[in-house]
Amino acid sequence: MSVLVVVECDGGEVKKSSLEVASYGSQVAQMLGTTATAVAVGEATEANLAKLGEQGISKVLYDAEPRLKDFVNGAYTKLIAAAAQKEDSKIIVLANSNIGASVGSRLSVRLQASLATNVVELPKTDGGSFVVKRGAFSGKAFADVKLEGERKIIAVKKNSIEALHEAGKTAQVESFSAQLTDADFADAPKQVVMQDQAGGILLPEADKVVSGGRGMKGPENWNLIEDLAKAIGAATACSKPVSDVDWRPHHEHVGQTGITVSPNLYIACGISGAIQHLAGVNSSKVIVVINKDPEAPFFKAADYGIVGDVFDVLPKLTQAVKELS
Amino acid sequence: MKFLVCISNVPDTTTKIAFTPDNKEFNKAGVQFVINPWDEYALTRAIELKEAQGGGTVTVLNVGEADTEPNIRKALAIGADDAIRVNAAPKDAFFVAQQIANVAKEGAYDVILMGKESIDYNGFQVHGMVGELLGIPTVAPAMKLDMSGNTATLEREIEGGKEIVQVNTPFVASCQQPMCEPRIPNMRGIMTARTKPLKVVEPTGDAPRTAVAEYALPPKKQGVKLIPAENAGELIKLLRNEAKVI
Ligand SMILES: Cc1cc2nc3c(=O)[nH]c(=O)nc-3n(C[C@H](O)[C@H](O)[C@H](O)COP(=O)(O)OP(=O)(O)OC[C@H]3O[C@@H](n4cnc5c(N)ncnc54)[C@H](O)[C@@H]3O)c2cc1C
Repeated sequence: MSVLVVVECDGGEVKKSSLEVASYGSQVAQMLGTTATAVAVGEATEANLAKLGEQGISKVLYDAEPRLKDFVNGAYTKLIAAAAQKEDSKIIVLANSNIGASVGSRLSVRLQASLATNVVELPKTDGGSFVVKRGAFSGKAFADVKLEGERKIIAVKKNSIEALHEAGKTAQVESFSAQLTDADFADAPKQVVMQDQAGGILLPEADKVVSGGRGMKGPENWNLIEDLAKAIGAATACSKPVSDVDWRPHHEHVGQTGITVSPNLYIACGISGAIQHLAGVNSSKVIVVINKDPEAPFFKAADYGIVGDVFDVLPKLTQAVKELS
Repeated sequence: MKFLVCISNVPDTTTKIAFTPDNKEFNKAGVQFVINPWDEYALTRAIELKEAQGGGTVTVLNVGEADTEPNIRKALAIGADDAIRVNAAPKDAFFVAQQIANVAKEGAYDVILMGKESIDYNGFQVHGMVGELLGIPTVAPAMKLDMSGNTATLEREIEGGKEIVQVNTPFVASCQQPMCEPRIPNMRGIMTARTKPLKVVEPTGDAPRTAVAEYALPPKKQGVKLIPAENAGELIKLLRNEAKVI
């Protein structure tokens, strides 16, 4: 049996979160004395798949069926189930992404596997049990969860596992067919609309985020956020009221009822730090808060802070970054 | 058309999370419970679609013990027609999914809606499990849902964009913003909710497949290092040389 890792690809490249997933899977394989095989979904190139060797993957299965380029829940589930059967995999690791969670939940029923999503650490396997740590209560807590049964599926939270990079190692890429039929494509998209992302950095994948709240006063001031984001290579985000009034698109809304992010750096500009906002960002490694109110609750959750006016501070920060390089 | 809306009962979003002394359970003492905010999108959208179709029913379903009934009544007050409570603590996602699938099968529902995930356990699992148990498509997470006859057109969020997906009934969708503006109960709704049917059924199915061994709170922050605004550029140096993040 080998550990099966699901890697998501886009535009030929393996997504960063999938490099983390691959590294997670290969470390679990090592703990269990076996190898890790990947099954790739989305648009991939053979050269990039072979490079998964650097994350400890020995073999990659790839079905070049063109309709698999876009996410199709039915077809992806069948493909991964077939790969798991071929590899006799008892453990499947995927990303805690919209794709990973959609597919993982269906697979868990089909394969009679236990499932843990939002997992942040490698498993503990003492005494024959299998325990993973996962985020719960929207970032306000963690839970150690025991996975029962012979088969297990683990969805790994983004940016929680350091990707391995063993330069020069390559994986063997094998073409693979799951004999998909039209019925498996019932939920195939009629159309795919990608966001127009400033600087091309997607918020869910970003390791740095610059975020703005109501203190930014209006959408016309977002260039200040975007300039700093561009300078440091960050994605942009916002608080809920900002997306509620359409200053920014909804997919930038972070927090308990938006998306949860855990970048290495989160810079909050003119955000008060309400508990629902903090829930979505407090697993960020370093938090910087810029707020003119020294009593703003966000300072209690911050590593670095500037008590000041965003309109004065943000241009200075962007300038300082430019002076660094 | 018959809509089934699954709601969970979760701690209010302002809750400070605490656990029992052995760290094995969430400490409910003094905590106010609400309808899971994501489920509110599912509920309101189901009601809107029913109204637009000029007929049909919206049934709310909760897997929970008797203490969840105030929030089930609230869902009825918002506009659901009737409710079913499966009388069991929601032990894990698989356990809950089996209860939902059973109810859905028995009642031959056309559209099964729920929130993207619950804000307490953040599983984001139930939708797919229910779809698989029933052998029907799942669209998750859905940002938009329109119906025309038996065909639904949905926007499914994917990282970095969205897919426009069409599926026929029956199907499962897990909902999130900006699907609709969640409604709040009005006086008339609250009055009529008292007499709407709420059926209690006993759980069936297999045992849960996961168990929480222990909860923990995140490590506390060390305290904030403040940099004077006049010297804002200093922050960038600290982020590079001390925190090593840029
Ligand atoms: C059920 C529920 C779910 C929720 N979910 C979320 C969620 O997922 N995400 C989320 O973000 N919120 C969420 N909220 C809302 C949350 O409670 C707060 O209302 C929201 O986060 C506040 O956004 P804000 O910080 O941008 O605005 P405000 O609270 O208005 O704060 C603005 C801040 O900007 C500062 N400021 C103003 N001008 C300047 C200036 N010139 N320079 C510097 N600082 C300035 C002010 O001092 C203030 O601290 C939720 C609420 C509920 C009830």
